[in-house]
Amino acid sequence: MAARMQQGGRPGGSRFAQFKLVLLGESAVGKVSLVLRFVKDQFDDYRESTIGAAFLTQTIALDESTTVKFEIWDTAGQERYKSLAPMYYRNANCAVVVYDITQASSLDKAKAWVKELQRQANENIIIALAGNKLDLVSADPTKRAIPAEDAAQYAREAGLLFFETSAKTADNVRELFTAIARKLPLDQAGPRSIRSAGHRPGVDLRPESSGTQGASGCNC
Amino acid sequence: MDEIASEYDVVVLGTGLTECVLSGVLSVKGKKVLHIDRNDHYGGEAASVNIEALFKKYGKNTGDEPWKKYGRINDWNIDLVPKLLMSNGELTNILVSTDVTRYLEFKQIAGSFVQQGAGSRATVAKVPSDAGEALRSPLMGLFEKRRARNFLEWVGSFNGNDPATHKGLDLSSCTMKEVYDKFGLEATTRDFVGHSMALYQTDEYINQAGMAQDAIQRIRLYVNSMARYGKSPYIYPLYGLGELPQGFARLSAIYGGTYMLNTDVDEIQFDDAGKACGIKATMKERGEEGPGMKFETKAGKILADPSYFPGKVQVVGHLIKAICILTHPIPNTDNSDSLQLIIPQSQVGRKHDIYIAMVSSAHNVCPKGYYIAIVSTIAEGDSNHHLELQPGFERLGSIQEKFMGSPTPLYAPLESGVNDNIFISKSYDATSHFETTTDDIRDIYRRAEGHELVVEGLREGQTLAQE
Ligand SMILES: Nc1nc2c(ncn2[C@@H]2O[C@H](COP(=O)(O)OP(=O)(O)O)[C@@H](O)[C@H]2O)c(=O)[nH]1
Ligand SMILES: [Mg+2]
Repeated sequence: MAARMQQGGRPGGSRFAQFKLVLLGESAVGKVSLVLRFVKDQFDDYRESTIGAAFLTQTIALDESTTVKFEIWDTAGQERYKSLAPMYYRNANCAVVVYDITQASSLDKAKAWVKELQRQANENIIIALAGNKLDLVSADPTKRAIPAEDAAQYAREAGLLFFETSAKTADNVRELFTAIARKLPLDQAGPRSIRSAGHRPGVDLRPESSGTQGASGCNC
Repeated sequence: MDEIASEYDVVVLGTGLTECVLSGVLSVKGKKVLHIDRNDHYGGEAASVNIEALFKKYGKNTGDEPWKKYGRINDWNIDLVPKLLMSNGELTNILVSTDVTRYLEFKQIAGSFVQQGAGSRATVAKVPSDAGEALRSPLMGLFEKRRARNFLEWVGSFNGNDPATHKGLDLSSCTMKEVYDKFGLEATTRDFVGHSMALYQTDEYINQAGMAQDAIQRIRLYVNSMARYGKSPYIYPLYGLGELPQGFARLSAIYGGTYMLNTDVDEIQFDDAGKACGIKATMKERGEEGPGMKFETKAGKILADPSYFPGKVQVVGHLIKAICILTHPIPNTDNSDSLQLIIPQSQVGRKHDIYIAMVSSAHNVCPKGYYIAIVSTIAEGDSNHHLELQPGFERLGSIQEKFMGSPTPLYAPLESGVNDNIFISKSYDATSHFETTTDDIRDIYRRAEGHELVVEGLREGQTLAQE
């Protein structure tokens, strides 16, 4: 696991749960940008849109005693030619499906990704729809290609959380992830949360974890 | 859809484990990689498939959708290649060095067993994991136990560079027979040491000059892998072996590799010197209307699995295997939820060992209450392959469903690739682990790149945009 500070984590008596979050949506709608805003509070206008974020984590303190940690998976560009692997969806607790409010076709793509999630992911996955690049529309309303109400209605019908966001100005980014955190079933957190507590169900392959089971091996 | 770049350093064909590890490593090293597969899924021969796909693959899709009685189809991840990972082996090393362990979870295989005798007198026993266990093993009589302990202690303390630890043997030239003789080991002990610890599949190693060193390294790998987590020398990824290529593909993608499934290679382009220099290909999803997306790109070199170049490979053997679904653990194995069981060739009058690899719901490869056992061996005859596996079937008890096709040809490239710029991998062989796969990965890397692959510290200094 990435050795990242767990902001908001508290010892003793507090609730702490970890969830896998996956990003989906057409290339260049701003998936990685949203996550980088959320995790690092950064934005880069000239980001090369192909390079992915390996593995990011971020925690949200919901209240005094409840902390949610997101383990965030980026598509790493494998969505471009529809080559995402089943591993990507496996055990995902939540998903952010992103479209670009200035690109008419991107909402249809988002709807297709929601269908794909319903086919491949856990039944009870929490899905949020994010209409990104709100800043472009605020600056020039004629750039809007998808009315907020259209997307909101689709989200209502499909049972999705919905926000219009801007990774550039940070508008609604924290709100988006907080809303997801609030909807996650903290009490029956999935296998990911057990893992976060430090004991993964399986074996730890890192070299420092070896040799704990009796030292009958030779030193080669 | 975005344009494909006009040129890549490396074009990789096929997404088996070998190809995905190479793709990942090359991307991390800054190479621009295009990775293509004609299938709609990752893994090629190293994929894990669901129960419906398995029925269909083996032509057992009779009208009544027979997979329906096995629960949710996606609860099944059935390997097509019967292999396990040595916990101290090279693939584990590569997984750790590349951090692909982030995407996967591993669990131990619960037991390692070996058969002695055959037919109604067959017994199954745990393979002793170290000198201490050798003393308690039912596989040997009292005096033999002590000899085996001495032998295993010596293997553990043996140092290739220190002749004082060589017991007066010249290990660069001596045979394993001479070593066994030195310790006075009985034939049955030689059998389980050679086959269930050194994991040789035939007895050819015994009389080959200079093989003693190799045998000792193999036994040490077994013993050290065993010592790492305790129950067996093997580990296995949750959701099946098919996760491995996916994990390395993700690594490659994170470092800029481009992935295209559902893509047929229409043509390989060659330059005047006869070296491959580009491809023409078509991406088209199953059921998609129209001609698909055609493209052409230059390639610095091509890496491929044998299926992409049938004219450039030879058949080096045939693997026979049967995938068996059980509703109970394998008898006489302490109810192990997963195991390897080796039937040494000498015990059943064969030249090649029979392997059984079993996993279950403990590794998220099937619903609770089911067990998936793959019985495999190298084919020795041209027919009656079912009979060749029979001693393995006898170990399984009642078999709910059996999937067995004709023998799988094992391919190896005819040439190294230096002449035509096409570097071809070998098929997954009959060994129980991935050590020969990682040997092949290193070999292809050396052939293609002209230097040794070093995975230690691979990712250091290779900064990602946002790490
Ligand atoms: N104006 C504006 N540009 C954005 C926003 N989010 C992302 N971008 C830009 O859109 C391009 C693609 O973003 P990226 O995060 O790589 O998209 P991805 O391919 O979906 O991961 C980049 O040039 C970003 O700088 C946003 O909220 N507003
Ligand atoms: Mg991206």
